[in-house]
Amino acid sequence: MNSDLASEMLSLSLEHLAMVAIAIAIAGAIALPAGVLLSRRPGPRRWAVGFANIAQTIPSLALFGFLVPLPLIGGIGKRTAIVALCLYALLPILRNTLLGITGVDASVRESAVAMGMTARQILWQVELPLAAPSIVAGLRLATVATIGTATIAAAIGGGGLGVFIFRGISMVDAPTVLAGALPAAAMALLADGGLEWIERKLSPA
Amino acid sequence: MCEVVFPPCPFSLTHGSLTEQAKGDRPSHSASIGRTVPHALLEIRNLSYSLGGRAILRDISLDVREGETVVLLGRSGSGKTTLLKTVNELIAATSGTIRFEGRLAAEWDPIHLRRRMGYVIQDGGLFPHWTVEANVALVPRLAAWPPQRIAHRVEELLTAVGLAPAEFRGRYPRRLSGGEKQRVGIARALAADPPLLLFDEPFAALDPITRLDLQRLFLELRRSVRKTALFVTHDIREAMMLASRIALLKDGALDLLAEPREFRAADTPEARAFLAGLEQNGSAENWSQDEQRPRL
Repeated sequence: MNSDLASEMLSLSLEHLAMVAIAIAIAGAIALPAGVLLSRRPGPRRWAVGFANIAQTIPSLALFGFLVPLPLIGGIGKRTAIVALCLYALLPILRNTLLGITGVDASVRESAVAMGMTARQILWQVELPLAAPSIVAGLRLATVATIGTATIAAAIGGGGLGVFIFRGISMVDAPTVLAGALPAAAMALLADGGLEWIERKLSPA
Repeated sequence: MCEVVFPPCPFSLTHGSLTEQAKGDRPSHSASIGRTVPHALLEIRNLSYSLGGRAILRDISLDVREGETVVLLGRSGSGKTTLLKTVNELIAATSGTIRFEGRLAAEWDPIHLRRRMGYVIQDGGLFPHWTVEANVALVPRLAAWPPQRIAHRVEELLTAVGLAPAEFRGRYPRRLSGGEKQRVGIARALAADPPLLLFDEPFAALDPITRLDLQRLFLELRRSVRKTALFVTHDIREAMMLASRIALLKDGALDLLAEPREFRAADTPEARAFLAGLEQNGSAENWSQDEQRPRL
């Protein structure tokens, strides 16, 4: 009985983790290059940040609900959950990438150009290294928030630790809720600590 | 328009009268006639730049010859920094031409052009995530020098700008004082031995004592490495001390081009305004005496 609970906790935790990891990976793959591109274009930047802001304000349960009836990205299950989690993760990553790159000291960028660095060299050797702490901070925010939000995935059949939480709520059984909530909280704390450590490592010595 | 004043100038002979061929002529003609002499290192012709309908630079013509330091002097907003930035194509001029090492700037690959011009700016512009060594080594590294040669060059340069290599090589810029940052900035600009150095008010933010140290270093380096420089400042004393020739800019136009001694006697209102600032303290004269400028 107890070992059944333990093994279910483990498998749901792994499922949860996988969902978060995939969502963050996709969001990062979109938001990082988008941030780099948008850092050069103030016009589109406002639209993109506006869109990401709006995505952020939709209540998460409602967003899962909106997505279910949609073709391709919708339906019941993990895929829909991952799409929703991605939408939430976009903003912090995008915003922090933009902040990091646009925050590079103008005199540093000017020197880089004047020293005869190419645009590509400036991006990889100057802008990205200097923006790295901010970018990682964005990933950290996104990851921690997504670990929490991913518990709602269970509402649309996405699985994960939310399964315990919804089951506990329907049974009015606090220990079952905790079986979902505690691992999720622990996961969030670990991700927070780990990414913060990386962030510190990347800050200029 | 063409208010460029070439005062009768006995000094020009010592610089070689050949490059002064168009003296007294209109600048717009000077580029085309009598070109039997080698080009000046940098030739700016009828350069104008406007931004949003506002003229920032108006029809500027100016030569910078091998080995001399031309100081661009002017108030804030006179266009001196803009002019400097058109030289290494940080800003694209609206009209006019720039010729560097005999070739039109337009024919240069901008990346290659910039690597042949050292650049020093007010707050150093050092890369905060790199050590002093990595900062100084930048251009040689971009030019793919062998690592050993780079290391040797960095050591040589740090010594030349008065920073003990053992102590400073591994430091990050945030652990440097303002004066030390500028020394590193100068070392970085000199690294790949570019023919022309561009200085954009490099010492303006320093305290007076450090500034004087750095100005002395500048003179010292010029004596030892014989570099050509274009130097922007709003400080008449600095201009008097460092310049071979002073180009005074007013509202984007060249108001006066003169050697420091002639500048003293100049009578344009703008020159008088700057000279008034000098009269409060004559000490700058001693410094310009120090210079091994050819004199009559």
